[in-house]
Amino acid sequence: MRIDMELERYLRPPDREMPPYPAKVITLATGSKMVVRQVFREDVPAILPAVRPTLDIPRDYYDVVGSRVYAELLAWYRYRYRDVFCIIGQIDGLLVGLVNSRMFSPQLGISLHTLAIERGLRIGAHLFAAKMEHHIEYLGQEEVLITAESPIGFRRWMIEYGLELREGQHELGGAAPYALTREMYFDAKHRLVAGERPVPQELMEVAQREIRVASETDIIEKILGARRREIL
Amino acid sequence: MKPVVIAGAGMIAFERRDDDSLVDMLAMASLRAMDDAGLGDHPVDAVIVGNMASGLFNHQVSVASALVDKLSLYPAAAERIENGPASGGSAIKHGYQAIASGMADVVLVAGGEKMREVIGPRATDVVAYMAQPEAEYVYGVSLPAMAGMFARLYMKKYGVTAKHLAQVAIKNQANGLLNPYAHIHMKITMEGILTHPDSVVSNPIVADPLRLYDCCPVSDGAAAVVMTTPEIAKTLSSKPPIEVAGIGQATDTHALHEREDPTDLKAVRIAAEKAFAMARCAPQDVHVAELHDAFTILEIAESEHVGFFEKGEGAKALANGVTSLDGHLPINPSGGLKARGHPVGATGVAQAVELVWQLRGEAGERQVRDAVNAFMVNFGGFGNNVVATVLRRES
Repeated sequence: MRIDMELERYLRPPDREMPPYPAKVITLATGSKMVVRQVFREDVPAILPAVRPTLDIPRDYYDVVGSRVYAELLAWYRYRYRDVFCIIGQIDGLLVGLVNSRMFSPQLGISLHTLAIERGLRIGAHLFAAKMEHHIEYLGQEEVLITAESPIGFRRWMIEYGLELREGQHELGGAAPYALTREMYFDAKHRLVAGERPVPQELMEVAQREIRVASETDIIEKILGARRREIL
Repeated sequence: MKPVVIAGAGMIAFERRDDDSLVDMLAMASLRAMDDAGLGDHPVDAVIVGNMASGLFNHQVSVASALVDKLSLYPAAAERIENGPASGGSAIKHGYQAIASGMADVVLVAGGEKMREVIGPRATDVVAYMAQPEAEYVYGVSLPAMAGMFARLYMKKYGVTAKHLAQVAIKNQANGLLNPYAHIHMKITMEGILTHPDSVVSNPIVADPLRLYDCCPVSDGAAAVVMTTPEIAKTLSSKPPIEVAGIGQATDTHALHEREDPTDLKAVRIAAEKAFAMARCAPQDVHVAELHDAFTILEIAESEHVGFFEKGEGAKALANGVTSLDGHLPINPSGGLKARGHPVGATGVAQAVELVWQLRGEAGERQVRDAVNAFMVNFGGFGNNVVATVLRRES
C-alpha cells in the first residue's frame, strides 16, 4: 500500500521513549517454563494469527477482547496507536498469551488487554502481573488505570489486586475504571508476581528464534475444550 | 431382599457445558446408560435423580419429572434425591431399595449438576449452604475453609505434609489424563505446584494450607446407571451385570467443631463398615476404589477411615505408590473429583460408572487389572452424611 508521507507526518503519532521490559521466565504448574518478554512493532504480523481465531469465540468475551486486541495491535503496527507496549508469553516458542498496555503520561499507565490462549495455567494472571510490573517498576509510573470486559477479568484484576474504583472513564469505555497504585502493587507483588531473571540463554534463543502460533483449530480447542465435546 | 445389579452405565464429559441445560445433560448420560444396558423398549419403573441445588444454580426444580418427560419414560415414578455432594450415592441407594424391595424392576438413576451457570464465588456460596447455618455459614465458613482447617489439624496429628497433598493432586491429574470424561486434562509437577518459588503464584493459597491444586474444579456434568435384578439384566444385554454388593450410610454432627475429634471422620468409618458387612468382605478385599477427594486431604483421610490403611499410614501408602494406577490398591483411577471434576449431584453416580467400567474391563488406558471388588465413598456435607458402596463383578 502506498503511503503519502507528507500526510503521514500529521497522522503518525510520535512515540515516547520507554525503558525496555527485561525478559523473565516463569515456572508453571505443569513444570513448563514460560518465557515472558516484550515484543515490538515488527513482531505484530507474527502475533496476529494467534488473535484472529478468538474473534468468533463469544465464551468469556473472547470475541470482544480478541477483536480489540487485534485492532490495537494492527493500529500499533501501522502507526496509529502511540506509546504502546506488548508483552507475550511463550512455551518452547509457542505463543500462549499476550498483554498490551500504553503510557498515557509519564505518571499514568493505561492497561489495555490480556489474552490467554492456553487456559488453566494462570497464564493470563502471570502476564497481567508482568504488565503491571512493567508499568510500576520499569516505566516508573505512579498508577495504572484498568477496566474489565469479562467477568473473569473483573474477578482477577479488581478483586485479586483489590483495585481502587476511580471516577470518570477508562479510554476503552465500558465498565468503570479502577486503579492500581504503586503502593498496592508492592503490597500484592509477593503473591501475584512470579518469575526469574535472567532467562537462561537456551530458553531465550528458542523464544526469540520464532513466535510460533498454534493452528486455528488448536486455538479454538484450547479456549473451548472443543475436541472432547465433539467426541463425548 | 432381592439382589440388585447395575446393568448399564454412562456419563458425559465433565467440564463447563454452556450449551447444555441440566436436564439435557441428565438425558444424555441416561441415554448412554440405557443403551449400555440394552434396555430397548423395556419399561423403566422409576427415575431417581441425584442433584443438590438445581433451584439455586439453574432456577429449575422437579428435575426428575423433567427427565422423565425429556426421555418419554412416562408413567415412571420420578424423584429427586438431595444429600449435598452425596446426592448421587444416595440416589443409587434409593434405586437399590426400590429394586431390592420388589417395588420396581428397572430403575434409572441419574446424577447431575450444572454449576457453571453461576460465577465461581456464587457456586462456592451455594455449596456452603450445606454448612451449619448459625455456627459456620454465618461466619463465612465455606467448604474450602472447612477443608483447610481439617487439613491443618490432620497434618499436625498424623504427619501429613504439603508434599503428600501435592502427590494426591499429581497422581489424580495424571489419572485424569487417561480419562476422556475428565474435566482437567493437565499433567502437573511437584516443581510446578510446590517446590519452585513461582508456585506461590501459580498455585496460590485458597484456604491455608490448601492451595489451588488441592481443590477440585467447579464442573458441569451428569452420569447415570440402570439398576435392575440379575435375572432381568441377563435378558437385556450380554455385558456382565455388576452386583451392588453392599451399601452403608452414616451421619455425624452438622457442625464440625461439635465432633469429639474433628479429624475423626466417624460417618465415613461407619458407612464403610456397614457397606463391607453387607457385602461380606473387608477393606483388604478391595481391588480399586473411588474416594471423594474434593480436597486432596480427603483422599488420604478417607483411605484410612474406610480401613485401607491405619491412621497415619495413608500418606505413606500414597508416597510409596500403593494407591497409584499400577499400585496394589489404585485409588481414583478416574482422576477423582480432583481431575474428573465435581458437579456435586453427579459425583456419586460418576464414581459408580467408573467402577462399573473398571469391573467390566472397559476403562481403557486407566484399566486396573483383574478387579473383582470395587469400593466408593460419596462424602456429603463435611463428612456429616456419607454413603459407601461396594460393587462386585461375578468371579
